[in-house]
Amino acid sequence: MPGIVIIGAGKAGASAALALRQGGYTGAVTLLGAEPHAPYDRPPLSKAALLEAEPPSPAWVLTPEQAAAQNISLRRGAEVTSIAAPARRVHLADGTTLAYSKLLLATGATPRQLPGAEGVLYLRNYEDALALRTRLAPQSHVAIIGGGFIGLELAAAARQRGAAVTLVESAPRVLMRGVPAAVAAVIAARHAQAGVNLLPGVVIARIARAGAQHHLHLADGRIITADLVIAGIGAAPETRLAAAAGLALDNGIAVDEGLRTSDPHIYAAGDCCAFPHPLFGGRRIRLEAWRNAQDQGEAVAQTMLGGTQPFQAVPWFWSDQYDLCLQVTGLAEPDAPTIARHLPDGTVLHFQCDAQGRLIAAAAAGGMRLGKEIRLAGMLIAQRAHPSPAALAAPDVPLKSLLIPMATADASSS
Amino acid sequence: MPQIIDLCATSDIELEDVIRVDREGQSFAVYHAPGGKFYVTSGLCTHEAVHLAGGLVMGHIIECPKHNGRFDYRTGEAKGVPACVNLRIFPVTLAGGRVTIALS
Ligand SMILES: Cc1cc2nc3c(=O)[nH]c(=O)nc-3n(C[C@H](O)[C@H](O)[C@H](O)COP(=O)(O)OP(=O)(O)OC[C@H]3O[C@@H](n4cnc5c(N)ncnc54)[C@H](O)[C@@H]3O)c2cc1C
Ligand code: FES
Repeated sequence: MPGIVIIGAGKAGASAALALRQGGYTGAVTLLGAEPHAPYDRPPLSKAALLEAEPPSPAWVLTPEQAAAQNISLRRGAEVTSIAAPARRVHLADGTTLAYSKLLLATGATPRQLPGAEGVLYLRNYEDALALRTRLAPQSHVAIIGGGFIGLELAAAARQRGAAVTLVESAPRVLMRGVPAAVAAVIAARHAQAGVNLLPGVVIARIARAGAQHHLHLADGRIITADLVIAGIGAAPETRLAAAAGLALDNGIAVDEGLRTSDPHIYAAGDCCAFPHPLFGGRRIRLEAWRNAQDQGEAVAQTMLGGTQPFQAVPWFWSDQYDLCLQVTGLAEPDAPTIARHLPDGTVLHFQCDAQGRLIAAAAAGGMRLGKEIRLAGMLIAQRAHPSPAALAAPDVPLKSLLIPMATADASSS
Repeated sequence: MPQIIDLCATSDIELEDVIRVDREGQSFAVYHAPGGKFYVTSGLCTHEAVHLAGGLVMGHIIECPKHNGRFDYRTGEAKGVPACVNLRIFPVTLAGGRVTIALS
């Protein structure tokens, strides 16, 4: 009998493969990855990998030895070119085919490209990071397009390597997507202090190449000359295989609460899929976050093994810039009002509640201790709690005391 | 001869909580478990060397504040990614309301 095939050996794919084994599945598990590497973590690529003195090795998620020990057939450099859904087979670039009983799409996302701009660099893979790190040199001028997480982390890394940095963002502020304005302001101030030339609300008309340099022509007539241009303007879900196979799409591969696609034998998880979130009224969302890829990999394995639990982990994301740690839990409305709680180290925690007073998001940028508070806020969101604004704002009311006591003493997953 | 190191008073830590104590050039995390027992682990996460005492204690789990990696602080066992390497633990002696460990 054909086993389970997973397309995409990234975080979600590797997490699912391991969870299938932990869940007792004994059939064949084949993990197909287009990259020449075993699965590795991407978060260090825009952080430590750019700063360390020596080119670092990838941060492995599943080594070939670990895969072998779990009887997972990990195939590197194995790109799938099409899915024959009715026949339940996948076709690979090397001309071979593979039959499946169940198929998981964990194909991730691809950086959006700037149309018509040549010589612009992007960051998604280990190779991209290696190519970038040698070029973030002192004396060079780096132009970064996009004030999202990747652009800002790149700006921090470039400054720490001694490069001059200009960051151009077309929205009125950085981190417009999913981060409350008050928290984005902390991040923007830290970049300004580090000497980054932040240009929000600026549109690029065109980018021209002049020998080794690039000219960014801004819509207001200004021209920025840079040695290196890096774009971090978001990522598009990798849906080509799914689209060609006729699966339903909706800002990603459309799945139900159990991460099932519109084909009864095909599932999807991680950056590539858009799922209805039970905690947010069934609103369909797509996340690009490490914890989500890990958790969805585990959840989809359960569904594939016959489980019926909906996936409803609270969204959670972190970013590191300089000495600042940024975390967001829940779904923040960029411009909704927030309730502030001041932590002893000066960090300010910002909460958002919906019109009925239910906690829906919390975010902060500052010292590492905010991690604990954000985690507690995430647990409150999972409990659909309606904490009073006064309690949220009072630093002497521990967030832990607002939780509805749970039956289990040991940590449950959300 | 193992060296006895005095870390803190039992009353310094609330129930189901953790504090950071630095001694002898090392950082320790001291836990007050539900039920009243005390445990001590190395203070730094094995993933990216963050102080675990900034994290959340839930039952017998300490969750790292940076990426929510998890450890059972009684055994040091890594219980959740991205934490994969176990945490060093130190046997605890309680005497006169003080939490001490023996460091060799
Ligand atoms: C530079 C960077 C920094 C980040 N930092 C953070 C952070 O600080 N915090 C955070 O929470 N998240 C961060 N993220 C996001 C996080 O890394 C992603 O959400 C996560 O990697 C998603 O995992 P995935 O398995 O869905 O996709 P991916 O990790 O992208 O894996 C998908 C894999 O599928 C393969 N693939 C695609 N199509 C095919 C095919 N046809 N055949 C075979 N293989 C195929 C791809 O080659 C890829 O290896 C960062 C991402 C990047 C790029
Ligand atoms: S630093 Fe502790 S889990 Fe990453």
